[in-house]
Amino acid sequence: MTDNGDATPLVRVENVNKHFGALHVLRDINLTVSRGEVVVVIGPSGGGKSTLCRAINRLETIDSGTITFDGRPLPAEGKALARLRSDVGMVFQSFNLFAHKTILENVTLGPTRVRGIARDQADKRGMELLERVGIASQAGKHPAQLSGGQQQRVAIARALAMDPKMILFDEPTSALDPEMVQEVLDVMIGLAREGMTMMVVTHEMGFARRAANRVVFMAEGQIVEENTPDEFFTAPRTERAKDFLSKILTH
Amino acid sequence: MNALISNLDSVLASFWATIRLTVVSAIFALILGTILATMRVAPTPVFRLAGTVYVNTLRNTPLTLVLLFCSLGISNVLKLNFSDDPSVNGYWFAVLGLSAYTSAFVCESLRAGIGTVSLGQAEAARAIGLTFVQSLRLIILPQAFRSVIGPLGSVLIALTKNTTVVIVAGYAEAAYLMSEMIYEGSGTVPIFLGFALGFIVLTLPTGFFFSWLSKRMAVVR
Repeated sequence: MTDNGDATPLVRVENVNKHFGALHVLRDINLTVSRGEVVVVIGPSGGGKSTLCRAINRLETIDSGTITFDGRPLPAEGKALARLRSDVGMVFQSFNLFAHKTILENVTLGPTRVRGIARDQADKRGMELLERVGIASQAGKHPAQLSGGQQQRVAIARALAMDPKMILFDEPTSALDPEMVQEVLDVMIGLAREGMTMMVVTHEMGFARRAANRVVFMAEGQIVEENTPDEFFTAPRTERAKDFLSKILTH
Repeated sequence: MNALISNLDSVLASFWATIRLTVVSAIFALILGTILATMRVAPTPVFRLAGTVYVNTLRNTPLTLVLLFCSLGISNVLKLNFSDDPSVNGYWFAVLGLSAYTSAFVCESLRAGIGTVSLGQAEAARAIGLTFVQSLRLIILPQAFRSVIGPLGSVLIALTKNTTVVIVAGYAEAAYLMSEMIYEGSGTVPIFLGFALGFIVLTLPTGFFFSWLSKRMAVVR
């Protein structure tokens, strides 16, 4: 799993709690993600999966507990927080490509504005990344001219352009038409094979089986079960997980 | 009619004064309005409060009072002046009053525009490591501006017409010349219609231009 030699986990979540009003969305969450590891977070809607994922780059604040990234607690605000976020890629359910920018500009904005990389260098790297996700021919178009699957692949390229230490995927295929899911999953599986550290909130069993090192099952704000993908899908240890799997696997 | 034609030079000069006032005030109002809108959406409560107080004060004060405050308050009482030349001084106080007043309306239009930009755009901007100011400047405001080009056009047309009261700040433009000419008693109705036509010539194309621009610059989402 951790073949980069550094034994300290990249992400360490300790005793984290969060409320949305009366709703206790994260209950005493403890979780670590090692370097190069692919963790799939699975579970029923409203179980806190997305909130946990978004808390790791502080798009959601937490009420108590600590989250450390690369050995340091998450900064609360300002430049330090922006710097942390530049090291953590994020891929959203609804893509969130910058609507007024071209595809290439979407990919090069971070490198030029945050990393201070020269325009021509950023363009060159941007085109390589677009090539890699199979969108290079659309570089001059605007996001609304692309299909959902294409937009999501651009979003992955945008995250990769920052050379992140980790990428968070918040239900990356949930807003896609069924025929476009695989093209996005293929890119993600490629990343996982190359050793990218990934946390993926998804319902895609196929992806979990093929690419995940670990499955984390969340329900009602708690981590109910952590297991290998094979064991989780064939012989889950908890009743709650069995119940959930029986509901989604029969369809 | 004769009065308009025989005074054509000064009529045109007075409209030129109106145009100079409008354009320069519009530029300052856009800059100040953008800063105010930024303050009103800032994460820091102090900035938000200052922006809110400014906008609600200026927006709810009659323009004549704002201009009078500039000329009487700042110029006469505080003795702060832009220039020794009364006409130049009057011009800049008029610009100050008009842009201070109009910026409140620019701010509110822009804030409505910020509301049309989805939260996901801001989250994606923050997620790649842009700071608050960067994400506003590079992602949110460009989209917000494009969605409120129409309303901003209306603000600009209102500004053009609002220039007609700046005589209270000591600067003469088209409306002042009109009242002078009428006072001199050379045919009220033709003079009035002539000047009204002059304003329509200024504002109507502005309106058409902004409708066209608004369609052209629309962001497809």
